Amino acid sequence: MGFWSFFFIIVFLGLTTQWYGTNKALKLNSNIKEGPKLPSLPSYYGTNAFLWLVISVLLFLIVWVFSKPHILDYILIQNIPKALIDEFGGTPNMLIDIIKATDISNIFPGTNPIIIENALYYNKIDKLSDSIAYSIILFVGLTVSIFSINKISFLFKARQAVEKTNINLLILCSTIAIIATIGIILSLIFEALRFFEKVNFFDFLFGFNWSPQTAIREGQVASDGAFGAIPIFSGTLLITFVAMFVAIPIGLFSAIYLAEYAKPSVRSTFKPILEILAGVPTVVYGFFAAITVGPFLKNFVGEFGFTIASESALAAGGVMGIMIIPFISSLSDDVIRAVPQNLRDGSYAMGATKSETVKKIILPAALPGIMGAVLLAISRAIGETMIVVMAAGIAANLTLNPFESVTTVTVQIVTLLVGDQEFDSAKTLAAFALGITLFFATLFLNIIALRIVQKYREKYD
Amino acid sequence: MTNNLDRVELSLVGRKRSERLFKFYGFLGILIAFLFLITILYSVISQGQKAFFTTFIKVNIFFDSEIIDPQNQRNDEDIRYANFNKIITESLKKKFPENLNKNDSKELSSFISSSEADYLSGFVVKNKDYIGKYKNMWLLASSKIDVIVKNPEMEDLDEEDRLISDKQLGWLNQIRLNKELKKELNKNFFTKADSTEPEQAGIWGSLVGSFLTLLITLVLSFPVAVAAGVFLEELAPKNKFTEFLEVNINNLAAVPSIIYGLLGLAIFLNIMHLPRSAPIVGGMVLALMTLPTIIIATRSSLKSVPPSIREAAIGLGATRFQSVVDHVLPLAIPGIMTGTIIGMSRALGESAPLLMIGMVAFIVDVPTTFLDSSTALPVQIYLWKSTAARGFVELTAAGVIVLLVFLILMNGLAVFIRQKFEKKW
Repeated sequence: MGFWSFFFIIVFLGLTTQWYGTNKALKLNSNIKEGPKLPSLPSYYGTNAFLWLVISVLLFLIVWVFSKPHILDYILIQNIPKALIDEFGGTPNMLIDIIKATDISNIFPGTNPIIIENALYYNKIDKLSDSIAYSIILFVGLTVSIFSINKISFLFKARQAVEKTNINLLILCSTIAIIATIGIILSLIFEALRFFEKVNFFDFLFGFNWSPQTAIREGQVASDGAFGAIPIFSGTLLITFVAMFVAIPIGLFSAIYLAEYAKPSVRSTFKPILEILAGVPTVVYGFFAAITVGPFLKNFVGEFGFTIASESALAAGGVMGIMIIPFISSLSDDVIRAVPQNLRDGSYAMGATKSETVKKIILPAALPGIMGAVLLAISRAIGETMIVVMAAGIAANLTLNPFESVTTVTVQIVTLLVGDQEFDSAKTLAAFALGITLFFATLFLNIIALRIVQKYREKYD
Repeated sequence: MTNNLDRVELSLVGRKRSERLFKFYGFLGILIAFLFLITILYSVISQGQKAFFTTFIKVNIFFDSEIIDPQNQRNDEDIRYANFNKIITESLKKKFPENLNKNDSKELSSFISSSEADYLSGFVVKNKDYIGKYKNMWLLASSKIDVIVKNPEMEDLDEEDRLISDKQLGWLNQIRLNKELKKELNKNFFTKADSTEPEQAGIWGSLVGSFLTLLITLVLSFPVAVAAGVFLEELAPKNKFTEFLEVNINNLAAVPSIIYGLLGLAIFLNIMHLPRSAPIVGGMVLALMTLPTIIIATRSSLKSVPPSIREAAIGLGATRFQSVVDHVLPLAIPGIMTGTIIGMSRALGESAPLLMIGMVAFIVDVPTTFLDSSTALPVQIYLWKSTAARGFVELTAAGVIVLLVFLILMNGLAVFIRQKFEKKW
């Protein structure tokens, strides 16, 4: 039985169950001439039977999808002659992968006949196991729907049962957020722990030398590589600093202008324009930084007799700053507008001008919120990937000069993981160590920012 | 008393000046942001529009029977594998009466795109009576020639920096004088996938890849996110568990996108053994990423439905669940749709997590299923940007234009839905 025939049988079965359950309940109701009828509407009885069927089938299907590869691998390895495994250099798993990858409709000439035989066998058990599993699932579904239809009686409160199931399904959907968080943390931690088996934790965190490219293969000269992440952290901070240097003044002044000075019509034109900046994909900013800003800065700085690297921190950070402007301006705008009007009125009554009110009253009152916005922006900047991948360098230089090329955490993660790699080497695992550092750094910044913003809100609401 | 008033009067000039200055700074901030936007758009469009057209060269092709079919058998297979490059080169040579040595003909043959030999062989197999005859044909120029034609300022560069030699430039000018050069819509760009040759590379493959990826994203994230939003906003009891859920969702929304890529690599690829570079994995990763966006949009649009709707439903005997599903949720649908489209447009522009799960491969075929290797639109832009050949610069910018057009369309749709269907209570 193929998947689609299985699918249509299940759909048909589901609709029948729903229809039959509803009809049975209707019939029961119509038999009653006086006295109380069924405790729930007839359609709920149908829906209840339907839900039972769908949930049990889905459950079994998921179990099958996840266990199928393991079961098939086990059966396949039993079938492969031991001689072939011994003859084959690598692990049995690699042999299995080769067998699975053999296309039986288009066999490459010169393939080992035993492998072809096994590929045919694999193909056969693949189809066979699927139809067996589908039949079992179908049988289970049928049993469940018969059982749930039999349950229809005056004692059974179908609506409560259906609502409870539905709410539980909703809860399940909500917990996916938790599952995702746990998945992120666990996957990062496990890989990072494997990395720290090979490289000392403190060497990683406080080392000054980063050259993972030497650690491509084991047994190479200097195959250990060097994994001191300080130059990467400093590079990330340098680019973030440049970005903030651009974004904070521009973003803050725009926010002040929009919130305090602009007429409603001006506000309603310029606010969307700022939001367009936020909607531009980061890959576009990366392109802009690499193709336009980089060469421009090179010429511009060259006029004054300085030299600047073509992948300078200034270009990447500056463009990242442009990306962050709308982030800071819209958050600060909200915060400034949330400052109560009576503070402004009080200040004007004392004879202060608008700018004096902004500088001496509003900004101090809004400061915690603005700090929160800046922290969120920083966390955004250190996690930003595409701009730096396209416009910043790969070599880890320990420098504070924005004219030089530096690298960032995200650039390193990308360069370490893109392309063919062996998955157990320290080089690829280092990406996960950097990833978990990045994750916790941004998490920390976000939590603090949210705390500050929340505390501030409580004061005025 | 007068003394004080005088002091105020005196200070007023300076204070007013600083007031004007402060206001000017604020306006400057907006202006600079606006200028940045214009600059970005200008730099993208000015480069990208060039890639929508491509250069063709008119060549009087002689379908030499000596080369195509020496035995005169008209056999399909033989004709297909004949040396059509030679035919092109020989026909090109006839444009220039002066004697050309072997090196010259090599330089000359690089005028025409390498794909045209295949095109000619297909043409001759279908029209066998052209063998031994002449036909005027417009052939696709190679990327080098195309770049020079589109950027006339490059002709003034030194020979080493110019992509083509002085001799080639001379020939090109002669062709131009004979009016045997034209610019036409670049069909390859809209119909093909990636290629090593800029003039043969197209955006279509990655567009299809993005479409397949987003389809998975939508199917996975929309139902789950709406369910989660409905539960958290309408039905959840206030307790530690739901509070924890909310904190989690807010944090997920702020996790850098590349971390999702690492999650996909570690779990979907290494543990679940799903295929690398496949839209299904990309879609799953992006679904996790868009989940918080749609949840937050669902919650805010549910929040904007007035409580009177719920109270009326409950007053008429509906249960809480019925009131939400039958009355509140339908009213919140426009807002949810808007949020979903915005989340999808963000997913369309996202590339960092896709790099992690291997959707950066060089892929020549247009993907057809969710398991095929493919790239996505923004990743294709990144790939072209990292390619050294000069012709890819314009393609990259053109890819950016296509991406921006799609984003504008999606966001426009979102705005349309918001204005047309969203009720103001």
